[in-house]
Amino acid sequence: MAGASKAVADSRANLPFVYRQYSPEQLRQVLHKMYLIRRFEEGAEECYMRGLIHGTMHLSIGQEASAMGICMPLAEDDQITSTHRGHGHCIAKGAEVSRMFAEFFGKTTGYCKGRGGSMHIADVAKGNLGANGIVAGGIPIAVGAALSSKMMKTGKVVVSFFGDGANNEGAFHEALNMAAIWKLPVIFVCENNGYGMSTSTARSTAVKNIAERAAAYSMPGVIVNGNIFSEVAEASFKAVERARAGEGPTLIESKTYRHRGHSKSDRNRYRTKEEIEDWMANRDPITLFETELRDFGFIDDHGIQAIRDAVAKEIADGIEFARASPAPEIATLENYVYTEHA
Amino acid sequence: MDAAVRELSYAQAIQEAMAIAMDMDERVFLMGEDIGVYGGAFQVTGDLVERYGTDRVIDTPISELGGAGVAVGAAVTGMRPIFEFQFSDFATLAMEQIVNQAAKMRFMLGGEVSVPVVMRFPAGSGTGAAAQHSQSLEAWLGHVPGLKVIQPATPHDAKGMLLAAVADPDPVMIFEHKLLYKMKGHVPEGHYTVPIGKAEIRREGRDLTIVATSIMVQKALDAAAALEGEGIDIEVVDLRTIRPIDRQTIIDSVKKTSRLLCVYEAVKTLGIGAEVSALVAESEAFDYLDAPIVRLGGAETPIPYNPDLEKATVPQVPDIIAAARDLVKGVR
Ligand SMILES: Cc1ncc(C[n+]2csc(CCOP(=O)(O)OP(=O)(O)O)c2C)c(N)n1
Ligand SMILES: [Mg+2]
Repeated sequence: MAGASKAVADSRANLPFVYRQYSPEQLRQVLHKMYLIRRFEEGAEECYMRGLIHGTMHLSIGQEASAMGICMPLAEDDQITSTHRGHGHCIAKGAEVSRMFAEFFGKTTGYCKGRGGSMHIADVAKGNLGANGIVAGGIPIAVGAALSSKMMKTGKVVVSFFGDGANNEGAFHEALNMAAIWKLPVIFVCENNGYGMSTSTARSTAVKNIAERAAAYSMPGVIVNGNIFSEVAEASFKAVERARAGEGPTLIESKTYRHRGHSKSDRNRYRTKEEIEDWMANRDPITLFETELRDFGFIDDHGIQAIRDAVAKEIADGIEFARASPAPEIATLENYVYTEHA
Repeated sequence: MDAAVRELSYAQAIQEAMAIAMDMDERVFLMGEDIGVYGGAFQVTGDLVERYGTDRVIDTPISELGGAGVAVGAAVTGMRPIFEFQFSDFATLAMEQIVNQAAKMRFMLGGEVSVPVVMRFPAGSGTGAAAQHSQSLEAWLGHVPGLKVIQPATPHDAKGMLLAAVADPDPVMIFEHKLLYKMKGHVPEGHYTVPIGKAEIRREGRDLTIVATSIMVQKALDAAAALEGEGIDIEVVDLRTIRPIDRQTIIDSVKKTSRLLCVYEAVKTLGIGAEVSALVAESEAFDYLDAPIVRLGGAETPIPYNPDLEKATVPQVPDIIAAARDLVKGVR
């Protein structure tokens, strides 16, 4: 056995990081989850169009490799803070799509019991401390969670996801500084999709790469292609090692792209159709990963189809679960505002 | 329809006011997040960037504290900025500049400067945007001397009060309920102002005064219309400005009707209803009261996402009808 696995390891020696680090089964799971994120977003979008979900939502289609790559080296009890574009992070950290749909349908079986909706989706049991309606709102909270980890010696690592737009909020700068001076086990992950709503980073941000901001806070600043799973996972792996070793924070800039508009009210006036189509056709993160997996012999067409079918069923079942779940009673309107006394 | 009775939406009325202000005074300019090519989150600035250019319709980074402060600094030094918050909830990020700087600078400097800044805040619930995008925080700012705080309830007033705000030498905070943006109504062409600090009687009545703000004005009018058939005659006062508050209009109305109901969307406790009730209780109108004063405000909770819970959080027309009927019939 030992000999066989050594042979497998040797045969993978020249492959990118994840193919050396993780088992074929784990990698197929990653593809499964990337599809799960994509189909979840599409399912949510369709339910919204059909009037089954109200409010607004921010879809992460196109950013699946970023969410999956960052979460790959995290343990179940490591924690994340997420953003308004947080469905992918939630699934990547281990949430069930049925309870996410239930939340979007405003049902009591949802992760936030119908109180939060898309913008506040969370799964505290799996370490997701929540999406956030406030740009950059989660960044200091992640630093606080990392402070807890250090003070309570839990060994947990905390990841804070945020967008390129968030790096111009004061909270970002204050949080990075504190994380650095106290050497906290936190990883700042800027998912740079080129735009904060309609405003390109070129128009909003004084530096060319957001990773350059790391220098101001004496921490490593790493740029990765956010659409290539292996690149993201490798950077995250190193940052997690550094954090666990007590060496402090890292800023990872994951360059990616959102295929859909900012939210449901976006007319995409600030970018061209060609730009969107180019990213969709040539740099789709799922296509890129799937092709790699197939080319390296980790999966065949039959295996891919099996994943797609399983995901389709999971999504359909999730939506059905959400529809059939009960809505909250009006009498419970003021529940959860304060901690209930037993 | 009479050509003179031109209708615009509330959002169009604000846009027209901003265009007129920019035409009349080259010091006026707009700042905010995604107000340029995107047209603003609620399409209030619309295509103004095409007409006035990016020098006068400025997209800021996502930096509310800094952005509000830049507007204050520009106002102190000769410009006339109109700063749009994408949602009123994000005022919380800019409180320092609004409360410590804009509101107090003239006072602290012994009257040596003024701060002619206008800030616009899309506010309120009803859009399914949940707890951090649905709040009504106007009373927070109404608590701060040095600020003026207005809540226009009609397209006509939205335009006239914005033009009054731009002309005002002091900081004016405008709370615009998001559900009003599509409301249509008569809006005169050209420049006119609606005074800050003056309430408006929207409907005269004998039996009960409803003092309402913002979107609750229309709901109060709907309730009043519904109760007409029961012989209940309601006076609806549109407060329009919460600082400085128009005490006299409220007092005179209550002296006439002898009953007072306050209706507002913000959380009921420690809000505008407390102020209106107290000023009546402190005035000569107190002796005219035939019933306890009643407040209808938001429930003591953040705004929930679930649509039925969300609706139940803020006063609706049936709630106003029930409260008004009880008050007039002496059930209270
Ligand atoms: C403090 C604050 N300001 C503004 C907004 C409105 N808003 C929501 S998302 C967004 C753009 C965020 O851009 P980015 O951080 O790049 O994330 P992306 O949407 O691209 O994922 C804006 C302006 C907000 N929610 N919070
Ligand atoms: Mg972005």
